[in-house]
Amino acid sequence: MAFEERVDVNTSLHDIRTEAIKNFEAKGFPTKKEEAWKYTSLNAVLKNDFSVFPKQENALNYADVKKYFLHQIDTYKLVFIDGVFSSFLSSTTHDGLDVCLMSSALTKPKYKEVIDTYFNKIANTDETLTSLNTAFAVEGAFINIPKSKVADKPVEIMYLSTGNEAALMVQPRNLIIVGENAQVQIIERHQSLNENPVLTNSVTEIFAQEYSNVDYYKVQNDVLTATLVDNTYIAQKGHSDASVHTFSFGGNITRNNLNFYHQGERIESTLKGITIIGDKQLVDHYTLVRHAEPNCESHQNYKGIFDGNSTGVFNGKIYVEKEAQKTDAFQQNNNILMSEKATINAKPQLEIFADDVKCSHGCTIGQLDDDAMFYMQSRGIPAKEAKALLMYAFTNEVIESIRIPELKQRITKLIATKLGVNIGFDL
Amino acid sequence: MLKISNLHARVEDKDILKGINLEVKAGEVHAIMGPNGSGKSTLSSVIAGNENYEVTDGEILLEGEDIGELAPEERAHKGVFLSFQYPVEIPGVSVTNFMKTAINETRKANGQEEMPANEMLKLIREKSELLEIDRKFLSRSLNEGFSGGEKKRNEIFQMAMLEPKVAILDETDSGLDIDALRIVANGVNKLRNEENAVIVITHYQRLLDYIVPDFVHVLYNGKIVKSGGKELAYELEEKGYDWIKAEN
Repeated sequence: MAFEERVDVNTSLHDIRTEAIKNFEAKGFPTKKEEAWKYTSLNAVLKNDFSVFPKQENALNYADVKKYFLHQIDTYKLVFIDGVFSSFLSSTTHDGLDVCLMSSALTKPKYKEVIDTYFNKIANTDETLTSLNTAFAVEGAFINIPKSKVADKPVEIMYLSTGNEAALMVQPRNLIIVGENAQVQIIERHQSLNENPVLTNSVTEIFAQEYSNVDYYKVQNDVLTATLVDNTYIAQKGHSDASVHTFSFGGNITRNNLNFYHQGERIESTLKGITIIGDKQLVDHYTLVRHAEPNCESHQNYKGIFDGNSTGVFNGKIYVEKEAQKTDAFQQNNNILMSEKATINAKPQLEIFADDVKCSHGCTIGQLDDDAMFYMQSRGIPAKEAKALLMYAFTNEVIESIRIPELKQRITKLIATKLGVNIGFDL
Repeated sequence: MLKISNLHARVEDKDILKGINLEVKAGEVHAIMGPNGSGKSTLSSVIAGNENYEVTDGEILLEGEDIGELAPEERAHKGVFLSFQYPVEIPGVSVTNFMKTAINETRKANGQEEMPANEMLKLIREKSELLEIDRKFLSRSLNEGFSGGEKKRNEIFQMAMLEPKVAILDETDSGLDIDALRIVANGVNKLRNEENAVIVITHYQRLLDYIVPDFVHVLYNGKIVKSGGKELAYELEEKGYDWIKAEN
């Protein structure tokens, strides 16, 4: 089946897609020559002969993938297998809120107005990989929380790759609209089930209306042959509170383009992350907070632990427009290098055009504290466990702000596993 | 219990300990006094196995076994405890979780099962009462934001939990008001028995009113230059360290 037949060419999307294809064709994949991709190269990944549409529909048993879900609690689930929606594994709803498929939102007349209002409206149309996604994406999550509705349980968005294709490229596209005074918690995860390479180029647009609350968690613990480019764009209206936590432990190359745009006063934005990687892994956080109106706050706190030959990149840009007086913008990036071959490239960028603002940034790169190590060892805690305990403690500030207790437990366990110890804690 | 012979140690290129000889028997309390910079804290760090110091000569025997080459945690497993002059703040690890980890690692190293949770709770309750420590305090991050007194009390609480054979108290009296000093000293005294030994390192005689030593040693310029009974501490308090400096 030709690509054109898969996408409804008669909708208003046609023009958007045509423009996106043009932009991607003109720019192609990003290279290290571009400032924004200076430390992260997709060249080696792109040598794979990726198939864009899976040849067959693949099914999975829940028992085989249960461990990737937050199975201790009830959640709405949007599950995609090799980019295709799995109704069998999913748990959707239209009862008081919409947790459903992007493909149906894009094609059903009743969603036309919403799609026309929001689809591709905050995503950066200039950005080449976002354009690639806009051009080709056919599936993803569509979540619409109406005014004053508090979602009764978290939503899990799960992209599973079976590895039945030798190499697969997927373009997930998520659209999330959180109405005035509404609330939702979302957990997003991309997981390959074997070592066949997968390249995921995902775009998520989130619209947080006045007084809304969005609590978003990204769990990145994929196999070492999986590459993820996550492009997330969040537009916040006045008095809204949006936070994104990113936990990056797995994957080959993980690039997080996380963008917050303020469109009102008294907004709060939180960006936090924990990165723990080794081998030849790379995690690149590229954040932007665009303060455009007065009296808003943004808090960034990223912790990284780098072992082996791994590479960390943190590029945090805070832009404060002239009108955005009384902005309180805070950015912190702390890193620990565990090996002499690990690298961290950190670059805070503050562009401030208002004169009455509070902006601060701090970046540290260090090794574990010798005094703390000796202190713990002198109490009988062996060096390996002491190291792990200190690293756990280092990340604790971010773990503490996870608002879903079961997820907090899960992340703590993932960290303990990643650090190779059994942290015998009460959770 | 602990026998130190001809101990020499240096940090970077600086020789600090220049031949220490010290024998501490079970049931004894020894005080090591001396002016600033005499090597008191170095001695305690070296006994506990701090790898920032290089032992260039001599040996440290614990119950006849040479522990000089062991890692700090291995010495702890064999019963060496150091109460730090400046306890390190570890944000994100609660006092309780820290102690649980320390005790179970020690038990594991000694071929014992982990301590059952109810037994652990009982022990924590018992020992925190001994040091007059509020239960809420135990769920706080280790030493983070603790006052000087709270830090020292927490050190002795850890000592009570771990029940070491040889406890070295490095300047435990510094930063303590009189009430805290009394609580800490009382805790140490209750933990003393015929099977363990305590080494009190201090600049002042004050703490020795509460933890009464059997022997007092004066450390100066990396060597023990004078030893005596508890009356030596009073003599030092009266005459000051210049007396020692003048003699050496």
